[in-house]
Amino acid sequence: MVSRVVVGAHYGLGGWLVQRISAVVMAVYTIAFAVAFVAAKPLDHAGWKALFSPGWMRVATLLFFVSLFLHAWVGMRDILMDYIKPTGLRLALEVAVILTLVGYAGWAFQILWRI
Amino acid sequence: MPDASLKKKRPLWYNLSPVNLPLPGLISILHRISGAALFLLLFWLLGLFDASLASPDRFAAAKATAAHPFAKLVLLGLLWAFLHHLFAGIRFLFLDVHQGVDLPAARATSVGVLATSLVLTAVLGWALLW
Repeated sequence: MVSRVVVGAHYGLGGWLVQRISAVVMAVYTIAFAVAFVAAKPLDHAGWKALFSPGWMRVATLLFFVSLFLHAWVGMRDILMDYIKPTGLRLALEVAVILTLVGYAGWAFQILWRI
Repeated sequence: MPDASLKKKRPLWYNLSPVNLPLPGLISILHRISGAALFLLLFWLLGLFDASLASPDRFAAAKATAAHPFAKLVLLGLLWAFLHHLFAGIRFLFLDVHQGVDLPAARATSVGVLATSLVLTAVLGWALLW
Protein backbone atom coordinates (compact mmCIF):
# COMPACT_ATOMS: atom_id res chain seq x y z
CA MET A 1 0.00 0.00 0.00
CA VAL A 2 1.27 3.40 -0.93
CA SER A 3 0.53 6.07 1.58
CA ARG A 4 0.98 9.54 0.29
CA VAL A 5 0.40 12.87 1.89
CA VAL A 6 -1.31 15.01 -0.70
CA VAL A 7 -0.28 18.60 -0.45
CA GLY A 8 -0.43 21.61 -2.67
CA ALA A 9 -3.98 21.32 -3.96
CA HIS A 10 -4.97 24.28 -1.83
CA TYR A 11 -2.40 26.71 -3.22
CA GLY A 12 -4.14 29.98 -3.80
CA LEU A 13 -7.14 29.11 -1.65
CA GLY A 14 -6.05 31.57 1.02
CA GLY A 15 -6.00 34.48 -1.42
CA TRP A 16 -9.29 33.39 -2.95
CA LEU A 17 -10.93 33.33 0.48
CA VAL A 18 -9.41 36.64 1.58
CA GLN A 19 -10.74 38.23 -1.62
CA ARG A 20 -14.28 36.99 -0.92
CA ILE A 21 -14.37 37.79 2.79
CA SER A 22 -12.93 41.28 2.31
CA ALA A 23 -15.46 41.86 -0.48
CA VAL A 24 -18.36 41.01 1.82
CA VAL A 25 -16.97 43.27 4.58
CA MET A 26 -16.71 46.18 2.12
CA ALA A 27 -20.19 45.57 0.71
CA VAL A 28 -21.73 45.56 4.21
CA TYR A 29 -19.79 48.72 5.17
CA THR A 30 -20.91 50.44 1.96
CA ILE A 31 -24.57 49.86 2.83
CA ALA A 32 -24.07 50.91 6.47
CA PHE A 33 -22.16 54.02 5.38
CA ALA A 34 -24.84 54.95 2.83
CA VAL A 35 -27.51 54.70 5.55
CA ALA A 36 -25.43 56.74 8.03
CA PHE A 37 -24.65 59.33 5.34
CA VAL A 38 -28.27 59.80 4.30
CA ALA A 39 -29.37 59.95 7.97
CA ALA A 40 -26.76 62.59 8.88
CA LYS A 41 -26.66 64.50 5.55
CA PRO A 42 -23.32 66.15 6.39
CA LEU A 43 -22.96 69.39 4.45
CA ASP A 44 -19.89 70.97 6.03
CA HIS A 45 -16.63 69.95 7.68
CA ALA A 46 -18.20 69.77 11.17
CA GLY A 47 -20.97 67.44 10.03
CA TRP A 48 -18.58 65.27 8.00
CA LYS A 49 -16.23 65.03 10.98
CA ALA A 50 -19.09 64.18 13.33
CA LEU A 51 -20.01 61.26 11.07
CA PHE A 52 -16.61 59.69 11.72
CA SER A 53 -16.17 60.64 15.37
CA PRO A 54 -17.99 57.73 17.10
CA GLY A 55 -15.52 55.01 18.08
CA TRP A 56 -17.49 52.24 16.33
CA MET A 57 -17.58 54.25 13.10
CA ARG A 58 -13.79 54.62 13.16
CA VAL A 59 -13.33 50.92 13.85
CA ALA A 60 -15.81 50.01 11.08
CA THR A 61 -14.08 52.39 8.65
CA LEU A 62 -10.67 50.98 9.57
CA LEU A 63 -12.04 47.45 8.96
CA PHE A 64 -13.26 48.68 5.57
CA PHE A 65 -9.81 50.06 4.73
CA VAL A 66 -7.98 46.93 5.88
CA SER A 67 -10.38 44.82 3.77
CA LEU A 68 -9.83 47.19 0.85
CA PHE A 69 -6.04 46.85 1.05
CA LEU A 70 -6.14 43.04 1.38
CA HIS A 71 -8.61 42.89 -1.52
CA ALA A 72 -6.44 45.19 -3.64
CA TRP A 73 -3.43 42.99 -2.93
CA VAL A 74 -5.14 39.80 -4.16
CA GLY A 75 -6.55 41.58 -7.23
CA MET A 76 -3.29 43.29 -8.16
CA ARG A 77 -1.37 40.05 -7.62
CA ASP A 78 -3.78 38.30 -10.03
CA ILE A 79 -3.35 41.05 -12.62
CA LEU A 80 0.46 41.01 -12.31
CA MET A 81 0.54 37.19 -12.57
CA ASP A 82 -1.54 37.37 -15.76
CA TYR A 83 0.25 40.13 -17.64
CA ILE A 84 3.81 40.52 -16.31
CA LYS A 85 5.81 37.52 -17.44
CA PRO A 86 9.43 38.40 -16.46
CA THR A 87 9.79 37.09 -12.90
CA GLY A 88 12.11 39.86 -11.67
CA LEU A 89 9.85 42.65 -12.89
CA ARG A 90 6.76 40.95 -11.48
CA LEU A 91 8.42 40.49 -8.11
CA ALA A 92 9.48 44.14 -8.07
CA LEU A 93 5.94 45.30 -8.91
CA GLU A 94 4.44 42.95 -6.30
CA VAL A 95 6.77 44.36 -3.65
CA ALA A 96 5.84 47.88 -4.75
CA VAL A 97 2.13 47.07 -4.41
CA ILE A 98 2.63 45.52 -0.96
CA LEU A 99 4.67 48.46 0.33
CA THR A 100 2.15 50.92 -1.09
CA LEU A 101 -0.78 49.14 0.56
CA VAL A 102 0.97 48.81 3.94
CA GLY A 103 1.75 52.53 3.71
CA TYR A 104 -1.90 53.26 2.89
CA ALA A 105 -2.96 51.25 5.95
CA GLY A 106 -0.79 53.45 8.18
CA TRP A 107 -2.13 56.55 6.45
CA ALA A 108 -5.75 55.44 6.88
CA PHE A 109 -5.20 54.77 10.58
CA GLN A 110 -3.67 58.23 10.98
CA ILE A 111 -6.57 59.92 9.18
CA LEU A 112 -9.17 58.21 11.36
CA TRP A 113 -7.48 58.61 14.75
CA ARG A 114 -6.42 62.19 14.27
CA ILE A 115 -10.05 63.34 14.18
CA MET B 1 -4.55 9.01 -42.36
CA PRO B 2 -4.62 12.44 -40.75
CA ASP B 3 -7.18 14.78 -42.16
CA ALA B 4 -5.30 17.42 -44.18
CA SER B 5 -8.24 19.81 -44.21
CA LEU B 6 -8.04 20.20 -40.43
CA LYS B 7 -4.42 21.20 -40.61
CA LYS B 8 -5.09 23.79 -43.31
CA LYS B 9 -7.41 25.73 -41.03
CA ARG B 10 -4.58 26.52 -38.63
CA PRO B 11 -3.62 28.83 -37.13
CA LEU B 12 -6.94 29.88 -35.70
CA TRP B 13 -7.43 33.58 -35.12
CA TYR B 14 -9.89 34.38 -32.41
CA ASN B 15 -11.05 37.93 -32.11
CA LEU B 16 -10.42 38.68 -28.47
CA SER B 17 -11.24 42.38 -28.52
CA PRO B 18 -13.62 43.28 -25.67
CA VAL B 19 -16.13 44.65 -28.17
CA ASN B 20 -16.74 41.12 -29.42
CA LEU B 21 -16.76 39.48 -26.00
CA PRO B 22 -19.96 37.79 -24.89
CA LEU B 23 -21.78 39.86 -22.27
CA PRO B 24 -20.57 37.89 -19.20
CA GLY B 25 -17.01 38.25 -20.56
CA LEU B 26 -17.48 42.00 -20.87
CA ILE B 27 -18.66 42.17 -17.24
CA SER B 28 -15.57 40.20 -16.24
CA ILE B 29 -12.98 42.34 -18.03
CA LEU B 30 -14.70 45.54 -16.86
CA HIS B 31 -14.51 44.15 -13.32
CA ARG B 32 -10.75 43.82 -13.72
CA ILE B 33 -10.32 47.23 -15.37
CA SER B 34 -12.47 48.99 -12.75
CA GLY B 35 -10.54 47.29 -9.95
CA ALA B 36 -7.19 48.34 -11.40
CA ALA B 37 -8.44 51.91 -11.91
CA LEU B 38 -9.63 52.10 -8.29
CA PHE B 39 -6.26 50.83 -7.06
CA LEU B 40 -4.29 53.26 -9.23
CA LEU B 41 -6.29 56.30 -8.09
CA LEU B 42 -6.51 55.22 -4.44
CA PHE B 43 -3.70 57.65 -3.63
CA TRP B 44 -5.78 60.58 -4.78
CA LEU B 45 -8.95 59.36 -3.05
CA LEU B 46 -7.13 58.83 0.25
CA GLY B 47 -5.64 62.31 -0.13
CA LEU B 48 -9.11 63.81 -0.55
CA PHE B 49 -10.43 61.81 2.41
CA ASP B 50 -7.46 62.93 4.51
CA ALA B 51 -8.00 66.59 3.64
CA SER B 52 -11.76 66.41 4.15
CA LEU B 53 -11.30 65.35 7.77
CA ALA B 54 -8.16 67.34 8.63
CA SER B 55 -9.53 70.88 9.11
CA PRO B 56 -12.25 73.21 7.81
CA ASP B 57 -9.69 74.88 5.52
CA ARG B 58 -8.46 71.65 4.01
CA PHE B 59 -12.08 70.44 3.75
CA ALA B 60 -12.85 73.52 1.67
CA ALA B 61 -9.72 72.96 -0.43
CA ALA B 62 -10.68 69.31 -1.07
CA LYS B 63 -14.18 70.43 -2.00
CA ALA B 64 -12.75 72.98 -4.44
CA THR B 65 -10.48 70.34 -5.97
CA ALA B 66 -13.41 67.96 -6.42
CA ALA B 67 -15.48 70.76 -7.97
CA HIS B 68 -13.09 71.20 -10.91
CA PRO B 69 -14.80 69.90 -14.09
CA PHE B 70 -11.94 67.49 -14.86
CA ALA B 71 -11.93 66.18 -11.27
CA LYS B 72 -15.69 65.71 -11.49
CA LEU B 73 -15.24 63.62 -14.61
CA VAL B 74 -12.58 61.47 -12.93
CA LEU B 75 -14.75 61.10 -9.82
CA LEU B 76 -17.72 60.12 -11.98
CA GLY B 77 -15.53 57.48 -13.65
CA LEU B 78 -14.39 56.21 -10.26
CA LEU B 79 -17.98 56.15 -9.01
CA TRP B 80 -18.87 53.96 -11.99
CA ALA B 81 -15.77 51.80 -11.38
CA PHE B 82 -16.78 51.30 -7.74
CA LEU B 83 -20.41 50.49 -8.55
CA HIS B 84 -19.57 48.18 -11.44
CA HIS B 85 -16.94 46.42 -9.33
CA LEU B 86 -19.44 46.05 -6.47
CA PHE B 87 -22.34 44.67 -8.52
CA ALA B 88 -20.18 42.46 -10.75
CA GLY B 89 -18.50 41.22 -7.57
CA ILE B 90 -21.86 40.32 -6.00
CA ARG B 91 -22.69 38.44 -9.23
CA PHE B 92 -19.39 36.53 -8.98
CA LEU B 93 -20.17 35.59 -5.37
CA PHE B 94 -23.44 34.03 -6.57
CA LEU B 95 -21.55 32.21 -9.34
CA ASP B 96 -19.20 30.87 -6.61
CA VAL B 97 -22.15 29.07 -5.04
CA HIS B 98 -23.41 27.92 -8.47
CA GLN B 99 -26.31 30.34 -8.68
CA GLY B 100 -27.12 31.75 -12.12
CA VAL B 101 -24.51 29.78 -14.04
CA ASP B 102 -26.72 28.68 -16.95
CA LEU B 103 -26.52 30.82 -20.07
CA PRO B 104 -29.87 32.68 -19.96
CA ALA B 105 -29.39 33.55 -16.28
CA ALA B 106 -25.73 34.53 -16.83
CA ARG B 107 -26.77 36.87 -19.65
CA ALA B 108 -29.67 38.34 -17.70
CA THR B 109 -27.56 39.06 -14.61
CA SER B 110 -24.84 40.57 -16.83
CA VAL B 111 -27.35 43.03 -18.27
CA GLY B 112 -28.54 43.69 -14.72
CA VAL B 113 -25.01 44.48 -13.49
CA LEU B 114 -24.22 46.72 -16.46
CA ALA B 115 -27.51 48.62 -16.30
CA THR B 116 -27.67 48.98 -12.49
CA SER B 117 -24.16 50.36 -12.21
CA LEU B 118 -24.66 52.81 -15.09
CA VAL B 119 -28.02 54.08 -13.81
CA LEU B 120 -26.76 54.38 -10.21
CA THR B 121 -23.65 56.21 -11.48
CA ALA B 122 -25.90 58.73 -13.21
CA VAL B 123 -28.20 59.14 -10.20
CA LEU B 124 -25.49 59.31 -7.51
CA GLY B 125 -23.20 61.37 -9.75
CA TRP B 126 -25.98 63.90 -10.20
CA ALA B 127 -26.81 63.94 -6.47
CA LEU B 128 -23.22 64.11 -5.15
CA LEU B 129 -21.15 65.83 -7.83
CA TRP B 130 -23.53 68.33 -9.42
